[in-house]
Amino acid sequence: MFENITARLSEIFKSLRRKGKLSKKDIENGLKDIRLALLEADVNYKVVKEFIARLEKSATGERVLKSFTPGETLLRVVFEELRDFLSSKEKIEIKTDGRPGVVMLIGLQGSGKTTTAVKVAHFLRKRGRKSLLVPCDLKRPAAAEQLKIMAEKGEFPFYEIKEETIEKIGLASVEYAKKEGLSPVILDTAGRLHIDDAMIEELVHLKKLLSPKEILLVLDSMTGQDAVNIGLEFQKKVDFDGIVLTKMDGDARGGAAFSLRYVTKRPIKLIGTGEKSDDLEFFHADRMASRILGMGDLSTLVERATEVIEKEEAEEAAKKFKEDRFTLEDFRKQIKILQKLGPLEKVVGMIPGMKSLSKVDVNGDAIKRIESIINSMTVFERNNPKIIDGSRRKRIAAGSGTTVSEVNRLLKDFEVMKRMMKQFSKGNIGFSPSSFPFPQK
Amino acid sequence: MLLEKIRMGLSKTREKIHEAFLSTGIFFDKDFESSIPVFEEILLSSDVGVKATNEIIARLKERRKEHEKREDVIPLLSQILINLLISSEKKEEEIIHPYTILTVGVNGTGKTTTLAKLAKHFKDKGEHVLLVAADTYRAAGVEQLYLWGRNIGVDILKSQIGQDPASIAFDAIESAFTKEYTVVLIDTAGRLHTKKNLMEELKKMKNVLSKKREDLPQEIFLILDATTGQNALSQAKIFKDVLDVTGTILTKIDGTAKGGIVFAISLELGIPIRYIGIGEDVDDLIEFEPDTFVASLLEGVVLQ
Repeated sequence: MFENITARLSEIFKSLRRKGKLSKKDIENGLKDIRLALLEADVNYKVVKEFIARLEKSATGERVLKSFTPGETLLRVVFEELRDFLSSKEKIEIKTDGRPGVVMLIGLQGSGKTTTAVKVAHFLRKRGRKSLLVPCDLKRPAAAEQLKIMAEKGEFPFYEIKEETIEKIGLASVEYAKKEGLSPVILDTAGRLHIDDAMIEELVHLKKLLSPKEILLVLDSMTGQDAVNIGLEFQKKVDFDGIVLTKMDGDARGGAAFSLRYVTKRPIKLIGTGEKSDDLEFFHADRMASRILGMGDLSTLVERATEVIEKEEAEEAAKKFKEDRFTLEDFRKQIKILQKLGPLEKVVGMIPGMKSLSKVDVNGDAIKRIESIINSMTVFERNNPKIIDGSRRKRIAAGSGTTVSEVNRLLKDFEVMKRMMKQFSKGNIGFSPSSFPFPQK
Repeated sequence: MLLEKIRMGLSKTREKIHEAFLSTGIFFDKDFESSIPVFEEILLSSDVGVKATNEIIARLKERRKEHEKREDVIPLLSQILINLLISSEKKEEEIIHPYTILTVGVNGTGKTTTLAKLAKHFKDKGEHVLLVAADTYRAAGVEQLYLWGRNIGVDILKSQIGQDPASIAFDAIESAFTKEYTVVLIDTAGRLHTKKNLMEELKKMKNVLSKKREDLPQEIFLILDATTGQNALSQAKIFKDVLDVTGTILTKIDGTAKGGIVFAISLELGIPIRYIGIGEDVDDLIEFEPDTFVASLLEGVVLQ
């Protein structure tokens, strides 16, 4: 499965890195594995074929062959090509101009249009826009009800439909938005198959009627080979301005994004990363490229970390490590910060290579237990862990509802960690840029 | 009738394969080796995945010696594909009341719609069906199932928004025993298989049912979207690990997606495919039959 491919790729990357010079055969083998990785990541078969053909040219170019670190340069080339294909030249934006502006969401059943509609409203509210959510789905039972409940929960204006056809709903909602001073109108259309001509016709009609400035195709990031057909059919018949990738908080590698971008040339604008209404982010080509190649998503983690960690705090901790003054009290603070980064499973998933360590138990409960053990210590004990003897350990275990062996383990792990971090902060362990996977500049 | 429906659902696939075969010299024996990439392309572009494709091709190469004639190649391929699916086939068992089914899966695969279709299926068989809406997470998830139930004409156990799914399962099974329902169909909220706590919640639901009687629930169906690529394997693996699912239902096969991932799921996990969803109508659910599935997939080719 994915993990294996990821692990194998890292293995190959490692062995390529060690080589001083690459033969043509090395490059061929490397590309073969990259092909497999792309296929396993659900990039469309034909797209992979074309992409590998392109890579062959650049991979056997002088840049790779004459490089001092050819393996690394080869990977760099693959990563860059992938990233460049994924990124769009223009600045990503959601066009909401017009009085009112109209944003229309289209896509297959179950791709996540309704959830995305609310997320887009939230996204735009943060940017000062007051959207009107409009259910344009008369087909799925309770679809309008779903949007209404979500709109109410997030306190977004919602259009209560009284009309019996999609066109009438569209027209009336625009009138309503005008009157209420709301813009844009966000049309949540019914899910439909790209080959259902009657249903597609409905979209074409709606588009003609309201001329939306922004039509977004909502696509499940778990989509397989068919992403190409879906994208091309919707483009041919309705056309769209951008793509929203949903369910990115799962473990799908998301190769469909690449296929879709490759064949339709439309920009991927946003990604859905959770079930809450603010779980919508701008698309980043470099992150996606490293995700497709199974390299984790370090930059998202770093970005989020810098959002929640005060710089001084981090520097303070580093200083303490260096001077061997790091205590359990500091450790407790670090845990709090870690928790602020989000659910641990999500955080770990962003660390390159960590996904392949499936045996590592990363559930948040373990962290909570550690926290409660530390909480059951006195401040003096936290700052001087050496004094925690047998009877103190018993007390701490009882106080935190854990066992003495858990307390023992924590104290032992803490010592190990302290030693490791001290090495890190002194720079004794090679944390050079090259030991990091891409992306980095 | 049934065959017709699948055929209609799979017609796009068939055309595609037909085309692929016609455009190559695949029918000439001496070209067997060079036709391997064509087989590969057909399988890979149907979401069969690298590993299962390699396995299928390997089996084809191995058994080819027994079949010297060129026209044998396609029947051979279809036999290999059928065998792959048969090895995990499981038919609808004798019904022991209350026959309890839980549908699970990631968000947006069609759990609620499929459950409604199952309700219709069992009602038509003369069973006394209780539909249970335990998707208290998604806004209007309960409402959606309720409307379906009313359409089909079966009873629905409604729950409160935010009510603990395990307690809904408990209520459901209690009322199945007191009101003598013969089939109990429980809808659960969609969840990504990677969310540990949500998976635990499903386990709890299952436990509540088996506490009432050991053999309950008889079935846990993983609902898979045919549009899904290789991630379906990851989904199936984790849902199997946590819940020991008894089968999968492949939905949305009426699009252009091939659902080839079922071969990988059969091969690697041995989970049987039990039903397929072939349209939006409440009758558009049929029992899965490997021969029909593969025959419809390769039909145009065989006729050559």
